Amino acid sequence: MSATTSDASAATPTSAPSAGRKDLRRSLREAERRAEQLHSGRSGYWFLLPFAVVFLVFLVWPIIYGIWMSLTDRTLIGTDPGFVGLANFIEAFGDAQVWQTLWQTVLFTVGSTIPLVLVAMVMALLVFTGLPGQWLWRFAFFASFLLPVAVVTQVWAWMYQPDLGLFNTWLGALGLDPVGWLTDPNWAMIAIIAATVWWTVGFNFLLYLAALQAIPEHLYEAAAIDGAGAWRRLFSITIPQLGRTTWLVLALQILASLKVFDQIYLLTGGGPNGATRSILLYIYDTGFVNYRLGYASAISYIFFALIVILSLTRFFGGRKEA
Amino acid sequence: MATQSLVLPEVATRRAIRRADNQRSTRLLLGSSTTARTLAMIALVLMTAVWLLPFVWAIITSFKTETDAASAATLWPASGWSLQAYINVLTKGDLPIWMLNSVITAVLVTVITLVVSAMAGYAFSRTLFRGRRLAFAITVASIMVPGQILIVPLFQQMLTFRMVDTYAGIILPQVVAPVMVFILKKFFDAIPQELLDAARVDGAGPWRTFSTIVVPLSKAILVAVAIFVFIGAWNNFLWPFIVVSDSSLMTIPVGIATVTETYGLQYARTMASALLAALPLLVVFMLFQRQIVRGVATTGLGGQ
Repeated sequence: MSATTSDASAATPTSAPSAGRKDLRRSLREAERRAEQLHSGRSGYWFLLPFAVVFLVFLVWPIIYGIWMSLTDRTLIGTDPGFVGLANFIEAFGDAQVWQTLWQTVLFTVGSTIPLVLVAMVMALLVFTGLPGQWLWRFAFFASFLLPVAVVTQVWAWMYQPDLGLFNTWLGALGLDPVGWLTDPNWAMIAIIAATVWWTVGFNFLLYLAALQAIPEHLYEAAAIDGAGAWRRLFSITIPQLGRTTWLVLALQILASLKVFDQIYLLTGGGPNGATRSILLYIYDTGFVNYRLGYASAISYIFFALIVILSLTRFFGGRKEA
Repeated sequence: MATQSLVLPEVATRRAIRRADNQRSTRLLLGSSTTARTLAMIALVLMTAVWLLPFVWAIITSFKTETDAASAATLWPASGWSLQAYINVLTKGDLPIWMLNSVITAVLVTVITLVVSAMAGYAFSRTLFRGRRLAFAITVASIMVPGQILIVPLFQQMLTFRMVDTYAGIILPQVVAPVMVFILKKFFDAIPQELLDAARVDGAGPWRTFSTIVVPLSKAILVAVAIFVFIGAWNNFLWPFIVVSDSSLMTIPVGIATVTETYGLQYARTMASALLAALPLLVVFMLFQRQIVRGVATTGLGGQ
């Protein structure tokens, strides 16, 4: 009794023989689909057309063109590039600069991802406590994400300024020696990471905040009835419930950090002595400073291949289905 | 007057609901312990102070005279506050032009991206055509391509198209947003087919269905995507930096990064121009905080 009603009554309240109606419904749906195919068969292309055009012209074509360029010794000024086969790729694998800048990119990625995930989580937890001042907390933690990168680097370069900067003035007040934040190879990467964390943590903070709002309240109520204290609830409900979001934030952050360019270019230009040069900076320098476009393309594709391989690993790929 | 009296109670109730939500949240997370509440509050205040510090320091510097700014990092300037830096930036520099360029390019990027991506999302979600699955698979796969690696071939392409130093050159390469197509397609998939069927029965073609049923039903996600694209376009540095060298075509991030170097050691002026450049998005954020927070969260998560 209940088995049949749950199936039929949901759709229509009439009590016709359900088997016959199902057949009818199925054939109707098929006819409809065929009609739809005839009806909107071509309009689908029209809807897709604008995207297809920009996609092909500004994404697919540069990818193909770049591959071709990477097989030539093209320069920005030279007019007749010659085909050099895989010579650029072979050169890149033997280029110490490629390895060094890749290594520094990894350092930046690890060094920035950890605080960018942890600080964002702490911020979101603190804001989610609902303590008064919500507007201010959200503004303070997210506003910096809205700044153009050049604004971020100018403000931070000013705070890092060796003689008049805020940080060295404070160090001086404490009786400590000034630090060459952007000129000392030991500090430059840390200084860039600090500015990056300040700039972009707001995005991860929002992702965490959204995740926190999605935790079902009854979990907390159940825990409260069981007599779990605030810390206990934090570690056995809140943080485990954030697991999926943490993987997501981690994956997004790693992929974003690997592509670091703007703030390094503007703060140190890759210096001192190349100590903060990321792979994208090396590509930029090779292509637009030394004008070796073919070689720059080859390094681009090696980097691209690394990102694709990384994205296809289980860590990144598996999460997408969840 | 009449509208005010209609709106106010609603706002008041919404505020009350929000306040109740916050209080419940506090109870759930922190319990009734005063120590926990105090500690959380102290942590919040400290972190907020740290995060606001660069803003505060930039604001203080921008209202100093150049001599004061370049003499010591004191809170209170020796020769009083000054508006000179702002006057200089607004009257002598190109900042107003860059601002205009940023508005033009960011708005156009947003509008074009939104139209193009929504149409494509609809094509993938609700129409049938040969090669649809393959085209969608290619679109999704292309999300992985980091735009930065394309700067070299893209710049060559711009030279060929004679788009270097043009608005088109800044805008067009930015409107390709496969992620947004994916997000919108996923959202359109959730619209009940019955609504679209009803429209078809009434004689609406796919265009009518799209513009009168799908778009109005998807307002929230379209706003979210628009916000996201706008922030990205407004703040984009690398591409406009490469494709534009004419100062009168620069966007704000490019302009203040490249041209203010010539200000040399004028710290107050540099901070004033940085703050003015930051202002538009910050004001928009203050006005639409709720929508922006929700928009960034949904598109950020939806992309996955």
